[in-house]
Amino acid sequence: MKKFLFVNPEKCSGCRICETVCSLHHEKVCNPAHARIQVVKWESSGLYIPMVCQQCEDPICETVCPMNAVYRDEKSRAVLINYELCVGCKLCVTHCPFGGVILGIDGQIKKCDLCDGDPMCVKNCEPNALQFVDATTINFLKRKSAAQKFSELMLKLLSVT
Amino acid sequence: MVWNRKIAQIDLTSNSINFKSISKSLRTQFLGGRGINMYYLYNLLPARIDPLGPDNVLLIGTGLLTGIPALGAGRCDIAAKSPLTGAVGDSNIGGFFAPELRFAGFDHLIITGKATNPCYIWINNGEIEIRDAIHLWGKDTFETQELIRADHNDEQIKSLVIGEAGENLVRYANVRTGMKNAAGRTGMGCVMGAKNLKAISARGTIDLEFTYPDQLLDYCSQMNNMITGSRWAKAQSKWGTLIIYSNTNTTGLIRTRNFQLNRLENGENLEPEVMDEYTIGMSGCYGCSVHCRHRYILKEGPYAPIFGEGPEYTSLGAFGTMIDCKKMETVLVANHLVNKYGIDTLEVGGIIAWIMELYEKNLLSEKLIDGLNLSWGNEEVVYELIKRISRREGYLGNLLADGFLPSISKIGKESEYYAMQIKGMSNLHSDERPTPSLALGIATSTRGADHLRSRPAIDLYGLPEDLLEEIYGAPMSSDYTSYKGKSRMVWWQELLYAVTDSIGTCKFQTVFCAVHAPKFEEFSKLIDLATGLKISKPLLMEIGERIITVERMFNNREGFTRKDDKLPERFFKEPTPLGFPIVKGKKIEEEKFTKLIDEYYHLHGWNNNGIPSDETLKKIGIENKLQKNV
Repeated sequence: MKKFLFVNPEKCSGCRICETVCSLHHEKVCNPAHARIQVVKWESSGLYIPMVCQQCEDPICETVCPMNAVYRDEKSRAVLINYELCVGCKLCVTHCPFGGVILGIDGQIKKCDLCDGDPMCVKNCEPNALQFVDATTINFLKRKSAAQKFSELMLKLLSVT
Repeated sequence: MVWNRKIAQIDLTSNSINFKSISKSLRTQFLGGRGINMYYLYNLLPARIDPLGPDNVLLIGTGLLTGIPALGAGRCDIAAKSPLTGAVGDSNIGGFFAPELRFAGFDHLIITGKATNPCYIWINNGEIEIRDAIHLWGKDTFETQELIRADHNDEQIKSLVIGEAGENLVRYANVRTGMKNAAGRTGMGCVMGAKNLKAISARGTIDLEFTYPDQLLDYCSQMNNMITGSRWAKAQSKWGTLIIYSNTNTTGLIRTRNFQLNRLENGENLEPEVMDEYTIGMSGCYGCSVHCRHRYILKEGPYAPIFGEGPEYTSLGAFGTMIDCKKMETVLVANHLVNKYGIDTLEVGGIIAWIMELYEKNLLSEKLIDGLNLSWGNEEVVYELIKRISRREGYLGNLLADGFLPSISKIGKESEYYAMQIKGMSNLHSDERPTPSLALGIATSTRGADHLRSRPAIDLYGLPEDLLEEIYGAPMSSDYTSYKGKSRMVWWQELLYAVTDSIGTCKFQTVFCAVHAPKFEEFSKLIDLATGLKISKPLLMEIGERIITVERMFNNREGFTRKDDKLPERFFKEPTPLGFPIVKGKKIEEEKFTKLIDEYYHLHGWNNNGIPSDETLKKIGIENKLQKNV
């Protein structure tokens, strides 16, 4: 079963543990500037949205890469970069609509690799704003949250009549 | 290495900036944060200086573990001589500033002198600049942070700022960051104001390196699981600290109408469930898996719309029970105002409750009343007083801005009895008459009446005595109204909190309200994995002892002795009128309490007057009462 990194911003508490564990796992240092995931915040209105590579089915980064350095890992299904081919042209960084590919402070192109199928950010996200789940679970979660709103509406209507 | 990092010495009078590194011996003796701040506070200040003069020093210190993804390790400690108490000034702040300061290349800042004009300190990837802040002066704490971001066109800048209260030298002005975080106590914002320092801003992308990164990451996950596995953290994640109200107001451990009652009758509208109406989600500080803050929106009322974070249990007491106001909206508005002006919620709430009781008892002159209706529950006058105090407006506002002690001397001797303060600082709205351990903590705290220095909150749970003995290392009573063994409880917690404040993790994520939470043993392992420094549990406890003793020596030097470790008179005279049978009719028994203080001094190795003995100083390695050459 295909698994996806599913982001639910409504649950995010903005603690940035995902950024720090990402940096610690990949670069062996604490530094959110290295992190492949980032919580984008609108502090004064309390909106927190974790942004990370969506592992697109038809990745734009792969399409624009002139060196064919972008490929999909068969096991983890993550879109990865072959650093032996990458020349650092940054076209992937420019064209990704999500900021999923980043230019590291060390000059290297980086992106989420799903930690070989066991994402550290998910493991350490206490509010479950990040989940690593299969397609049917995602569908169910989306339907359940919509149904929840619908059932609340029904309750209101029923209590009126 | 993570311990071998930089201190910046910034002199605002001469505009000079120097860098030096933190020695290994300073680290192993004081860790970081509050510990290293206390070392410098004692050593850099001569006795009896004016806290508002250029001689005072402002110390900003990140913890030794600040930046790790666990236990809310986003904290730093701010210290100076307190303009409120004249004793140790020290306050700890969460949010996101402290890690950003480390990523910008600095662990500690030593700020001296006084700027001629308003300024702010800009720290960016190893470089420090003192910049003009004329355009920021007069701006509130929210606007100031945004304006600094606009100055540098960088939304990721984090700042410590003061509001109008700090600019106007209100003696309990705080230092703020983000929407809610505050170094609330002892007037550190007043010290910034006195230095003409509006803000300290940081931005950085420098690596924080650790000795064993993979093992550290794994152990951080374990620590987060340990704390979130506790029932306390689960309740916090949903209700924040407001959950405490449900317990204390039922039991009768809460102050109402200043100190008249110990329960708020018909106080259902302050129950945490009421927050559901306003909450859009919870919010966490850096590295926190508990996320105890509400993100709330207030859509109606004269101050609406308000987006804010909080309120804490502290504000619920300050603007709820203490002034006998039973509306959550009042708490939310007042919480927003204190955050905007940058003033300590606990101090301003305590002082307003005191004034309201004096008004009720006809102890205020017409001049003092200033045309205000200071009746219990009048929320409008609370908003008005927060504003007047922050801006030093009117006779009353200007007077109360100086804090309890100057206000008592102006209002009259009779008013002193009603002032619920210790060493000039207001107490939390908890009623400690039925709980000797909690009472001992507020009486002896080095920064004045305070619940965050040594409170053994788990005493209230009635835990099995063998478990208490396992934690505290000696037998003690599990009855929270008992005096037996409680000095040891307070002493142990005091050491633990001193260490927690020095490694930069959150107090809620150690043995404070949660029983099975990380403590010395776990901190020791975290320090080892992060820094390679081997500091065992006994050594960590010794560091805690060293920090507390240095704070005590600072206070002794300023003239504080045993006579200042005293509870307000009302604790001994008025029994609690309400509450559970075990709580009702309780007051502090003087003789037993005196013995508790004796035992507490003895545990610290201080003499009967609270002065550290030579033998103690030798034992903890500060034989020469600390050297001047720092």
